[in-house]
Amino acid sequence: MNSSQRRYLFSKGIDQYFTDVYKAYRFVIRFFKEVIHPPFHFKEIINQCFELGLKSLPLITLTGFVTGIVFTKQSRPSLAEFGATSWLPSLISIAIVRALGSLVTGLICAGKVGSSIGAELGSMKVTEQIDAMEVSAINPFKYLVSTRVLACTITIPILGLYCGFVALMGSYFSVHKNEATSIVSFFHNGFSTITFLDIFSSLAKSIVFGFTIGMIGCYKGYNATNGTQGVGKAANQAVVLAMFLVFIEEVVIVQMANWIRDY
Amino acid sequence: MEKQEVKKDQEPIISIKGLYKSFGDKDVLKDINLEISKGENMVVLGRSGSGKSVLIKILVGLLSFDKGTVKVFGKEVDKLSGKDLDALRLRIGFSFQNSALYDSMNVRQNLEFPLTMNKKDVNKGEVKKAVEEVLEAVGLKEKINEMPGDLSGGQRKRIGIARTLILKPEIMLYDEPTSGLDPITSEEINKLINDVQKKYNTTSIIITHDLTCAKETGSRVAMLLDGKFEKIGKFDEVFDPKSSHKDNKEIKSFFDYNFIQ
Ligand SMILES: Nc1ncnc2c1ncn2[C@@H]1O[C@H](COP(=O)(O)OP(=O)(O)OP(=O)(O)O)[C@@H](O)[C@H]1O
Ligand SMILES: [Mg+2]
Repeated sequence: MNSSQRRYLFSKGIDQYFTDVYKAYRFVIRFFKEVIHPPFHFKEIINQCFELGLKSLPLITLTGFVTGIVFTKQSRPSLAEFGATSWLPSLISIAIVRALGSLVTGLICAGKVGSSIGAELGSMKVTEQIDAMEVSAINPFKYLVSTRVLACTITIPILGLYCGFVALMGSYFSVHKNEATSIVSFFHNGFSTITFLDIFSSLAKSIVFGFTIGMIGCYKGYNATNGTQGVGKAANQAVVLAMFLVFIEEVVIVQMANWIRDY
Repeated sequence: MEKQEVKKDQEPIISIKGLYKSFGDKDVLKDINLEISKGENMVVLGRSGSGKSVLIKILVGLLSFDKGTVKVFGKEVDKLSGKDLDALRLRIGFSFQNSALYDSMNVRQNLEFPLTMNKKDVNKGEVKKAVEEVLEAVGLKEKINEMPGDLSGGQRKRIGIARTLILKPEIMLYDEPTSGLDPITSEEINKLINDVQKKYNTTSIIITHDLTCAKETGSRVAMLLDGKFEKIGKFDEVFDPKSSHKDNKEIKSFFDYNFIQ
């Protein structure tokens, strides 16, 4: 057997998988190590909050509003069968606050923010801009990764709350047109069933989504290889993986919230 | 072998001994030995893929290596980390093969970035002055507000060099400064390299395929063949038509390719 041939613990694919997982784990650990030590690059964090957060606002507004309207319209016939359309506001509010607001924001940001970070860092990596930072004694991880992950973790929860609000407005728009409910009674009805735990778990979810999306985008971009083709691949993988993890986290956190609720 | 003009009492600025580097099972550098003393312009020639870029990336700690010792300013590069490595890197200017300008910043911001990130105590006036000075040095003052994407290849190279000069390095590493440029622009870059050496009193390594560049800028040249330095010496010695061409086909074809045209 050729001595230069590599030996694998299991097989090439499985070994590769575990190395990748370990690499990702190291990346996350490095983030926590770097983020607590100065310098902090506050200016760049704020800059990224605007870049990543503010620029997603139009899309979130549109999607949130449409989600609210459509969800209300689709729920109405079922409730009308029992003559219970007056329950619409509370039903919708529960759905939006508990799930839709943060989930819709998470998915949209996984697409928009995840791909933009993946592509940006990926192209910086393959054109040696990251190396250029390193040789001029600037820590690229701190400057590029820490700032973006923090910006995502801060802005995506805010976008999530905003999305929930816009969705409720969309829903009110539909309810007002059909049932002529006033805004006061709509929100009074809606929020009577919402608990603090609902809002808290939804916020916690958004924070986790934001962290995940930032981290995945940065990880994929920072480790891009193979020229321009690698940039596309990094952006693509960032979106797919971030969306996948957002769903997984949604399920896990909902389950945890339910345990606490029952407790 | 190689002629050492280094005075014995003067420690070389860069010293590489028995350096080996491989990627997977591909050996790229095999037993590299090189000493560069202060003020020298060392030209490294070699075919595409022979490991020239890898060599200078090892010098600044961007890549690790398998065996050997690499000393810069008397310090072993692979033993440094954190603040010490940063301190070393600040004394070295690295001009990348593809310039590696920050696409999201304009020329001014590209030049300011290394300075403001590293020196917290500089004021706005000093930064402005430093930017103007290096732009003047590379002769591109009028491009200060343009984006890198709007510059030509040669201009990008020069801005890349300016960006490294702003930290006043003692060593300059040029990765193919003239590749892909027309002869006139190449000539300008050669002149720039020589000017920089005079003005900033740097020690340089210049990687190139271009023999004109080697001849004009190099105080010594080294041929990288099969992961080793085949010849090190003055340009005229390495490319002496009477001797080296005969015993080495690669050097001959290198020479012919550059000068027949
Ligand atoms: N990060 C890396 N991973 C794997 N292989 C690499 C890496 N960097 C370089 N190599 C390999 O090392 C060899 C030398 O590469 P290097 O970039 O140093 O060549 P070069 O002499 O600079 O060539 P050119 O003149 O084309 O720039 C190449 O065969 C390349 O495939
Ligand atoms: Mg190269």
